[in-house]
Amino acid sequence: MSGYLAVFVVVLIFVVIFQIAKASEYVSILKGEKKSREQSNRINGFLMIVFLVLGLIGVWWCHDLLEGRMLGEPASEQGIEIDRLIKITFIITMAVFVATQILLFWFAFKYQEKEGKTAFYFPHNNKLEVIWTVIPAIVLTVLVAFGIRHWLRITSEAPKDAMIVEVTGKQFNWIVRYPGKDGQLGRKNFKNINNEDNPVGQDWADKLNEDDVIAPDLHVVVGKNVKLIIGSRDVVHDVGLPHFRLKMDAVPGIPTTLWFKPLYTTAEMKKRTGNPDFVYELSCDQMCGSGHYSMKANIIVETQEEYDKWLATQPTQYAQAHPADSKDAPPEPAKDSTATAANAADAGKKVALAETAEKH
Amino acid sequence: MSNDATLHNQDLAHHGHVEHGHGNGHDGHGHDHHHETFISKYVFSMDHKMIAKQFLITGIIWAIIGAFFSVLFRLQLGYPEATFPWLESILGHWAEGGRITAEAYYALVTMHGTILVFFVLTAGLSGTFSNLLIPLQVGARDMASPFMNMLSYWFFFLASVIMMSSLFVQTGPASGGWTSYPPLSALGDASIGSKIGMDLWLVSMAIFVVSSLLGSLNYISTILNMRTKGMSMTKMPLTIWAFFFTAVLGVLSFPVLLSGFVLLLFDRHGGTSFYLSELFVQGKVLPNEGGSAILYQHLFWFLGHPEVYIIILPAMGMVSEILAVSSRKPIFGYLAMVGSIFAITVLAFLVWAHHMFVTGLNPFLGAFFVLLTLLIAVPSAIKVFNWITTIWRGNIRFTPASLFSIGFVSTFISGGLTGIWLGNSAIDIHLHDTYFVIAHFHIVMGVSAFFGMFAGIYHWFPKMYGRYMNQTLGFIHFWITLVGAYLIFWPMHYEGMAGMPRRYFDYSNWQSFNMFGGLNQFISFVVIIVFATQLLFVFNFFYSIFKGRKLTTPNPWDATTLEWTTPIHPGHGNWPGEIPEVHRWAYDYSKDGKDFIPQTVPVSPDESKH
Repeated sequence: MSGYLAVFVVVLIFVVIFQIAKASEYVSILKGEKKSREQSNRINGFLMIVFLVLGLIGVWWCHDLLEGRMLGEPASEQGIEIDRLIKITFIITMAVFVATQILLFWFAFKYQEKEGKTAFYFPHNNKLEVIWTVIPAIVLTVLVAFGIRHWLRITSEAPKDAMIVEVTGKQFNWIVRYPGKDGQLGRKNFKNINNEDNPVGQDWADKLNEDDVIAPDLHVVVGKNVKLIIGSRDVVHDVGLPHFRLKMDAVPGIPTTLWFKPLYTTAEMKKRTGNPDFVYELSCDQMCGSGHYSMKANIIVETQEEYDKWLATQPTQYAQAHPADSKDAPPEPAKDSTATAANAADAGKKVALAETAEKH
Repeated sequence: MSNDATLHNQDLAHHGHVEHGHGNGHDGHGHDHHHETFISKYVFSMDHKMIAKQFLITGIIWAIIGAFFSVLFRLQLGYPEATFPWLESILGHWAEGGRITAEAYYALVTMHGTILVFFVLTAGLSGTFSNLLIPLQVGARDMASPFMNMLSYWFFFLASVIMMSSLFVQTGPASGGWTSYPPLSALGDASIGSKIGMDLWLVSMAIFVVSSLLGSLNYISTILNMRTKGMSMTKMPLTIWAFFFTAVLGVLSFPVLLSGFVLLLFDRHGGTSFYLSELFVQGKVLPNEGGSAILYQHLFWFLGHPEVYIIILPAMGMVSEILAVSSRKPIFGYLAMVGSIFAITVLAFLVWAHHMFVTGLNPFLGAFFVLLTLLIAVPSAIKVFNWITTIWRGNIRFTPASLFSIGFVSTFISGGLTGIWLGNSAIDIHLHDTYFVIAHFHIVMGVSAFFGMFAGIYHWFPKMYGRYMNQTLGFIHFWITLVGAYLIFWPMHYEGMAGMPRRYFDYSNWQSFNMFGGLNQFISFVVIIVFATQLLFVFNFFYSIFKGRKLTTPNPWDATTLEWTTPIHPGHGNWPGEIPEVHRWAYDYSKDGKDFIPQTVPVSPDESKH
């Protein structure tokens, strides 16, 4: 019932507006075209200046209201650089925005049609045009120079001492693989993937896989560079790290990488933000299907001791896939490698691919 | 329609003159107008003016549908907890219990984008005004090939029918976003929208590309070959320059998109692996190896970026024209305006990878795309300053058309400046695929292009129908839309700076993004008001076709260009007598104390030079 009422009210408003508009048209015919044009010029000219003033106040007010609701200070070294660049760009573009909008609406108000006034015939002026070609070009060159410098630094090769973590996207969650004690990830091949005991397709013939740990959340160590090796099992996903200001697509078949240095542990962030429930989140930032919006992993930034302690408690994926074997006595590698000789060759190719991707 | 009789009379009257002309081949086709039936006049018309109206009205219908979809998904974003029983009655199981499902949400988002970008702002905008204005403003009787022109519309119509039908298939329309990235769009098992709906989407889009190419080739050949005597390229109004470069962009980039779609169809049904590699979907390992999902993105954005200029250039052209007419001043820096359109056209092809900064693109290559992307801001800045200088010391008449033109400049500045953020790859890492991007492109190519389109409709409606649209409704339409557009999109910048990802069905489970609930509700509320205001415009449009105030003069805006030298109701062939000869550029306003001097007036020896 209330639905019909709402529709009725809307239609009524429409009818009223329409009647007013219609009436004003008749009035303007009666008054004569010139008179009615004068009137509409006055009204719209006035609204131009009102819009300008209220608009600028609104821009300021919106900034005031929402600034505090953003993510706060960046939680990685890379994020600090990006925020600095955002700040510079913000100041420059905001200045241009305010200046040009004032000119636009002020001129629109000031130069509205008036009796006895004529427009100034001013078809071109080379000096002016050169000025507003050269000045934007210079400002943009500065921004490009800053931007590219930060960009090349952020996308550079990860430092040698960075810890390595693999993040694999699938519909609709993340699989995080840690290299374990040896610090190296074992080979994998998508043909080995199964949902029961091998979510990323580890190649059990590779000894490096024996201590690899798989978890749903991303644990990283504060103050230590971490390099993510990013991939996907099905469609394109994207590792979004809003607090660290970073992002990288997860593309099936083409490994990508990303590295950063987290600055504050989750516990520290709880204090800094004054929010006892604070948690770093890893979001999927590339449309990946109906569950896209729920594709979340938590990121736990902790100290080295906490990290080591946590890792030690995690069962290896190998142990989960081979419940019969004890951890100390893995099966003879020969058995597996004969079974998956073809796969192993493929996997070799993939590692090479991964290495080229890392070089980027 | 009451105009029929007049139209016919004029057709008959001017028929005898059609074969005359200047003997320079400008008006070489004399059609037989005696046997116009309803079908040949309104349906399979070869008159560019009727085809323009067909594009426009089809575009308006699509715009209502596309905008309504945005209202539906904004309801979900603004009121994620609420239920709307009426949604279930229109969407059925896609909105069980009055709440849109995630699948329906993504389908709505995808179709909103597809419809608005391609069917409204490409076909509806460029299709309408290129068709209407090119022959009228260059002084031609019709397009170079009226038949191809007709086909262009009917391919668009066919594409529309197929796209529309995809809304009604059981598994729903495409839902992988308007960009339709594979593998999501390639694998029916990955998403319900990637089943038959995706095939229909691809077929519809392929036909749409054909329509666009037929139209664009026609626009280019008409502009190059069919200008009337005296209409040198540098005497053309800026509208024509804009349509010309728009068509060039379309001809060079749409085929690449088509090839991308064909490969995607092969991957879907031919067992190929252009885009597919190393996949495990629905518990199964797929056999595809060696493809690259990124390849599609290159092919897509090679059109996708020029596409945004295909959308905005016609709007820029019309705004330039309308600002000059309503300021009673020549457009400032005509040659710089042409030059900057040309620069934008060239650069448009060299910036596509800025949509792909976070795909793992080689950073060195990325640096070049940063440079070229930010370079595009220079010609854009020139245009903005020239528009502002055009109204400086003018004598501005506020019509709905001039208001929307001023609004266009305002939103083009606002949206253009945020392009400087996103084009800088280091900033894009953080802002990519967030609400900042939504705010940026909606303001700069959504709202701006619509403002250009509205300006064009209000301005050339008298030429199309011999009547005015209601001005007061136009003023109301403008002010609510301008204020509403800023209220909707401005705060989204802040959501984006907080990293809030786009294309999320629900944010309530996210610590990092759930603080914007109240803001989302506010935005959705404004969306509904702005949508209702657009219905007011649609009403004004259709009402005025039949009941609008009639024109009493052929040149209602005191403009210099050729279209206003035609009769109030021009027949097929446009000018009853010979096509007028052009003697001067299109912008002699307020020169030597004269309010305006039409292009057809010879230059007198005592005239001042500019």
